[in-house]
Amino acid sequence: MANLVAIFFGAVFINNFVLTRFLGICPFLGVSKKVDTAVGMGMAVTFVMGLASLVTWLLEYYLLVPFELQYLRTIVFILVIAALVQFVELVIRKISPVLYQALGIFLPLITTNCAVLGVALLNIQLEYNLLEAVVFGVAAAIGFTLALVIMAGIRERLELVYIPKPFRGVSLALILAGILSIAFMGFQGMM
Amino acid sequence: MSIMKEFTKGFVRENPTFRIVLGTCPTLAVTTLAANGLGMGLSTTAVLVASNLFISLLRKAIPDKIRIPAYIIIIATFVTIVDMVLNAFTPDLHSRLGIFIPLIVVNCIILGRAEAFANKNGVVASLADGLGMGLGFTLSLTILGSLRELLSAGTLFGKNVMGAGYEPFMVFGMPTGGFLAYGLVMALLNYVFKKLKLE
Repeated sequence: MANLVAIFFGAVFINNFVLTRFLGICPFLGVSKKVDTAVGMGMAVTFVMGLASLVTWLLEYYLLVPFELQYLRTIVFILVIAALVQFVELVIRKISPVLYQALGIFLPLITTNCAVLGVALLNIQLEYNLLEAVVFGVAAAIGFTLALVIMAGIRERLELVYIPKPFRGVSLALILAGILSIAFMGFQGMM
Repeated sequence: MSIMKEFTKGFVRENPTFRIVLGTCPTLAVTTLAANGLGMGLSTTAVLVASNLFISLLRKAIPDKIRIPAYIIIIATFVTIVDMVLNAFTPDLHSRLGIFIPLIVVNCIILGRAEAFANKNGVVASLADGLGMGLGFTLSLTILGSLRELLSAGTLFGKNVMGAGYEPFMVFGMPTGGFLAYGLVMALLNYVFKKLKLE
């Protein structure tokens, strides 16, 4: 149990996926202009990353390892994630049109979010068991959401401020992320 | 003439790192050392050229509706090959780039070029486009890697260039420094482009 708590807090704060592991930077820069869209994206990613951790772990240990097909890992995982995203999109559209409206546009983007494939590969590399893998996947996604929402909050305020021209857009977002990652470095002494 | 143009556009005008801003994850993650940046750039170039070639060859055979999964399989195949080659010949670089080698699959530059260029253009033009974009990416990564290595350790490709009395900026070797270096270099290039009226 203590192990799971350590994995959870480690993935959310200490080794935050966006700010220290550099996974999921594209959506982090692209979808962090408004707080509500950031929350929507975060929810969609959390859902897919939890599910992807579960499915890829099962595939690795019940299909790839018994048949000694580990060299196909990258191809199998990315295909499964792409299929999973499509499937999740269909299910959400059927079950909850309201949620679909909210998440709709973000779902297809998740396939190319490297945090999803990243978490699946890290689960194998770190030799987590099934429960640890799922907790790690969900926690990593929560960390991603946290970084995204904080960033969106800051960028909303910066809308009204004068910014020198060369810094406008992505350049300033990157420098902001750098400062944010200094703040997250403070958590490193926790464990 | 136009082939030459497809080749050179990736270096400055449509540079994937600083102008279009794609492939940001590997850009930030591996550029702690100049050699890592160069290695990552060349690996990505190899995958990009091969995938552009095959997607361009197969562009009439792949049905429109399933083109994205088909592209992903083609790309993932070449990434697996590059992964194995690096593991066999440069195990050192392979372990330093780590998880970011398999993650070349989801590098948006590659799928982006497949979707925006290779599925509409001929084989030679697609090869030129892939090679140019890939080398533009390599150039950016090597510049960022050199800058960060120079500032954080005083070395360049592992050789000491700053002399013994140099006090390193440790921060540029850390994640924070990655973001700051990338952001500042981009702002500088924006300024230079504006002055030269290139946009």
